[in-house]
Amino acid sequence: MSNEIISELRKDYIYNLAIKEERVDGRSFKDYRELTIDTGVIDKAEGSALVRLGNTEVIVGVKIQPGTPFPDTPDKGVIITSLELIPLASPEFESGPPREDAIELARVVDRGIRESGAIDLSKLCIEEGEKVWMVFIDVHVLDDGGNIMDAAALGSIAALMTAKLPAERYDLGTDGDVPMRDVPVAVTAALIGGSVVLDPTNEEETVAGTRMTVISNQDGALSGMQKSGEAPLTTEQMNYIVDIAIEKAKEIREKFLEI
Amino acid sequence: MSKPEKFIEDGIRLDGRKIDELRPIKFEVGILNRADGSCYLEMGGNKVVAAVYGPREVHPRHMQKSTTAIVRYKYNMASFSVEDRKRPGPDRRSTEVSKVSRQALEPVIFVEKYPRSVIDIFVEVLQADAGTRAAGINAASVALADAGIPMKCLVSACAVGKVDDTLVLDLNKDEDNYGQADVPVAVTPGGNITLLQMDGHLTSDEFKTGLEMAKKGCADIYKLQKAALMAKYSDDTEGGSNE
Repeated sequence: MSNEIISELRKDYIYNLAIKEERVDGRSFKDYRELTIDTGVIDKAEGSALVRLGNTEVIVGVKIQPGTPFPDTPDKGVIITSLELIPLASPEFESGPPREDAIELARVVDRGIRESGAIDLSKLCIEEGEKVWMVFIDVHVLDDGGNIMDAAALGSIAALMTAKLPAERYDLGTDGDVPMRDVPVAVTAALIGGSVVLDPTNEEETVAGTRMTVISNQDGALSGMQKSGEAPLTTEQMNYIVDIAIEKAKEIREKFLEI
Repeated sequence: MSKPEKFIEDGIRLDGRKIDELRPIKFEVGILNRADGSCYLEMGGNKVVAAVYGPREVHPRHMQKSTTAIVRYKYNMASFSVEDRKRPGPDRRSTEVSKVSRQALEPVIFVEKYPRSVIDIFVEVLQADAGTRAAGINAASVALADAGIPMKCLVSACAVGKVDDTLVLDLNKDEDNYGQADVPVAVTPGGNITLLQMDGHLTSDEFKTGLEMAKKGCADIYKLQKAALMAKYSDDTEGGSNE
């Protein structure tokens, strides 16, 4: 992530390119790297997706099982999202319990799914107050090529869209689809110098002063946002990011995530 | 309390405020003896204390940076601060709040003045009533100034949200729980955004209008922060309260 060690020369190079409206890999500021999403890659999981976004590789597994609802929402299913930055994915990651970067990523992924109403939680109720479906979304980062945020969010929604409720296994009727209502898509921009670039690589993340993630729904409305990083943003930059993120999310949704 | 049928009647909210009105705010500077700087803040039903220690030696040593000071921010909720007792200690929410709050304040601190040292900010939420992270940032910003930490400016924070399809400033508990969106924002007096989060449902136009409302709210809070500091460090006794 952003504290990765790269040479000052390389940082200067990236920074100076950004001023000339160029990027190391030749992309324009609004271009994403090559994106592929393969679903159903883990047979044991109720839903899964492998996302490759440039050099970033993320696998998401969705496990679904019956459990007890929270006391304040007795008639609603439960979503639990976790993400770990395991040492396999980058020399910068260390083993141990998730730290703030991993917690932030997981909570933003969760926010997008929850706040967009992507899953109809009331349809995950089996018996009010007693038994509901619990949906565990586990994000495994395999290779950190930058912008884990968007890869994790895309993988999570793709895995959910293909997930099955394993009712037969628990004698609860026939298997069904997860009740989906929306397809939130996260788009992350990084601020390099004064420029806003989408889908930053890990190198660009080390140069970026801040990252801004915008999650938008099918209707083009916003369901979650997170600014992550020290550098401040102006209102103009903020509003510009919102506009291009909604546009880009639409593009990605149409290409990869149509129901 | 269950969801109210209507949050706004004739442009007035359930707690009697207009849609663009802040809750009552009261700052008190330098309330702790041991801390280098401190601030107590009441913002609506929120009661928070912020303490600043440092610049001081970094423990553990390996965290120190050779060219700048590091900033640590610990947001903690007292177990009695909420309706259902909160299990003491850090959790995932407070870890995230601490991270974004630290990053909201870091850009205004001259960290390069104190290499190899740490500036510790502790925020304790004694009573929570929606908008605790904004309250924490407002108090911490004043506590940093009280500690004499060189800063470019103060940082002010408040939330804007949506209830009954209407944008409202500085959500109260019910508006937060049952509302349609919540956008905490922190800005500098110059209008730079140092914290922005959002959850719920907003169109892009609503967001842009909401951001302007929040900036206006922050500008009012900034005046109170400044007044509170002036009250302590000058013979101007006006104080930092909008009551």
